[in-house]
Amino acid sequence: MLEKNGVPSKEQVISCFPESSILVKPKAIIECYQEIPCNPCETSCPFDAIKIGVDINTRPIVDTSLCTGCGICVTKCPGLAIIVASILNDKAIFKIPYEFLPSPKKDENWNALNREGNIISKGKILSVLDSRKQEKTKLITVEVSKEYLYDFITIGCPDER
Amino acid sequence: MKKTPMLIIGGGPAGLSCAIQAASLGQSVTIVERSHSLGGQLVKQTHKFFGSEKQYASVRGFKIAELLIQEYEKYKDLIEVVLDATVTGLYPDKVCTIVQNGRYYKIKSEVIVVATGASEKFIAFENNDLPGIYGAGAVQTLMNQYGVLPGNKIVMVGSGNIGLIVSYQLMQAGVKVVSVLEAAPLIGGYLVHASKLRRLGVPIHTSKSILKANGSACVESIVIADLDDSWNPIPGTEETVEVDAVCVSVGLSPMHQLLSMVGARILFIPELGGWVPKVSECHETSVDNIFACGDLSGVEEASSAMVEGRLTGLFAARRLLGTIDNDESIHQDLISQLEGLRSGPFGKKTREGLLQMKEEGQC
Amino acid sequence: MRIEKHPILEFSNHQEIAFFYNGKEVLGREGDTIASALHALGIKELSKSIHYKRSRGFYCAIGNCGSCNMTVNDVPNVRTCMTKIEQGMRVFSQPGKGELI
Ligand SMILES: Cc1cc2nc3c(=O)[nH]c(=O)nc-3n(C[C@H](O)[C@H](O)[C@H](O)COP(=O)(O)OP(=O)(O)OC[C@H]3O[C@@H](n4cnc5c(N)ncnc54)[C@H](O)[C@@H]3O)c2cc1C
Ligand code: SF4
Ligand code: SF4
Ligand code: FES
Repeated sequence: MLEKNGVPSKEQVISCFPESSILVKPKAIIECYQEIPCNPCETSCPFDAIKIGVDINTRPIVDTSLCTGCGICVTKCPGLAIIVASILNDKAIFKIPYEFLPSPKKDENWNALNREGNIISKGKILSVLDSRKQEKTKLITVEVSKEYLYDFITIGCPDER
Repeated sequence: MKKTPMLIIGGGPAGLSCAIQAASLGQSVTIVERSHSLGGQLVKQTHKFFGSEKQYASVRGFKIAELLIQEYEKYKDLIEVVLDATVTGLYPDKVCTIVQNGRYYKIKSEVIVVATGASEKFIAFENNDLPGIYGAGAVQTLMNQYGVLPGNKIVMVGSGNIGLIVSYQLMQAGVKVVSVLEAAPLIGGYLVHASKLRRLGVPIHTSKSILKANGSACVESIVIADLDDSWNPIPGTEETVEVDAVCVSVGLSPMHQLLSMVGARILFIPELGGWVPKVSECHETSVDNIFACGDLSGVEEASSAMVEGRLTGLFAARRLLGTIDNDESIHQDLISQLEGLRSGPFGKKTREGLLQMKEEGQC
Repeated sequence: MRIEKHPILEFSNHQEIAFFYNGKEVLGREGDTIASALHALGIKELSKSIHYKRSRGFYCAIGNCGSCNMTVNDVPNVRTCMTKIEQGMRVFSQPGKGELI
């Protein structure tokens, strides 16, 4: 249970995703389940695709028709609660925030982790972005099998564990 | 004796924001800070902050300190900063005694703002005084300011935001966080912080706490156990965990000592962190011309401490300067920022605490 | 135990400073407090408690608690978490209250 161990239920996770048909294009998925005083996701989006409103405690909502999947909000969110997801054939492709060393490199295979921190499969690193604007939160593009769409959340260094 | 019109004790986010606000209105001020640098708790915080743009949301804490210092530098002519100087006494005639590098002297001021922040609470368990058992803030200071690791294997006691954030920062520094223990049945901090830790494989155990530490010159292992609904350990659930450090993050209590000394009224309001000075809506204590803001007048966040600091800077400057241009619009903006930060479910405690403060009558 | 690489921070200053810990010469880095330098050397026990002589380390690291008190250059009860190391500084564990000479 999320409030007891930090792991959201599958239903909670799925409720944050749009229909799979929409994910033919990359879209931001926000897992911000509580009303907290925070709004950089909204103010950082160049396409006004995230709505919070005047009360900064309101939970963010993504307008998938406006979201281009650029990933800017992913590195801005202080809760690391946003990823970008898309589906390409039998693969799910994610953009995730990453703040650890060593840094993954393109074409490496890293461990794909679920929300409990368990290894679910391997994930192929497609790109690593680390611009100055990101302030040391790297944006990693990872590819896993489509079956892990609702399970994958981050990567772990293959040399550890 | 040195004299200054406005003295601020503590150069954390509250004190520094207070100085900047007052100076921006033309008031000259002196900040006395006991540490080597300005910024208070911000200087060790490596994570991006919550809040909105006006409180530097999404900027890392130590960068916020740099931004505040840059802002202060614009008013260098008006703000005097005294570092490595601890205020050891505050007297009703508005005289402060100060110790700086072994030198002892006094400053007298017309208006004094106390912004000394809060100190970390502790909990009782056997051998809780062993070296290797640290406050979470201490671990942050050691790692992020001095680049020294607190240990290799650590257990975090407390799942409030600080406990969760420091656990994440321990992992970034390469320390193994064995688990986070929480005595309450639910996680205390933001769930986004809990989730980002959990996905890295750190278990968070609610209704569980530390009973005892073992070790001679330093902690070597700890005994943990499940707690029942009244927070009593359940016999038979004890478990020994090998660690070389323990981090205690069970809340903060306001550092009201200087205000107690000067005779300001102190109230017990658990929602605000325990013993807090009674302050008016203008952040003035029960002693005329002595103000308090930041964690000292209610433990919250750096975001609200900065806004409270600015607000107090406005009130203190008003006292000294009389009328102020754009007073009303500055005031309204700051009040609405604070309301925004406090209006959600996580602001409930603060709202209730402030209500109690108000009901305690005028000071 | 120093952090050599960090994903967010850079620790660039490696200038070494020699000081004395209980009479023995040890090395810290510029910018270190006495407590952080000793900790980096693996020394967690800084002093003993006044009555029961129990081991004392630091607790708050920001000058609030007094748990890190040691005798520095003959001055007792110095908060070593707030005091920067200096070349040749003499730092001693303090077995009790400490005496002002
Ligand atoms: C470990 C930790 C993690 C935190 N994480 C977050 C976070 O992620 N986000 C967030 O918004 N908030 C966070 N906070 C809370 C935030 O840091 C505080 O709310 C904020 O710093 C309060 O500001 P302040 O200026 O009131 O107090 P402080 O920042 O504590 O500043 C008080 C200053 O007064 C000085 N001082 C104290 N006594 C004296 C004296 N006698 N003489 C001279 N100077 C004195 C101190 O040295 C200090 O610099 C955290 C706090 C802690 C302890
Ligand atoms: S991914 Fe880009 S377009 Fe989509 S919500 Fe985030 S910032 Fe906006
Ligand atoms: S920035 Fe992140 S934590 Fe803040 S409201 Fe948006 S999604 Fe939630
Ligand atoms: S560790 Fe608390 S004063 Fe030094």
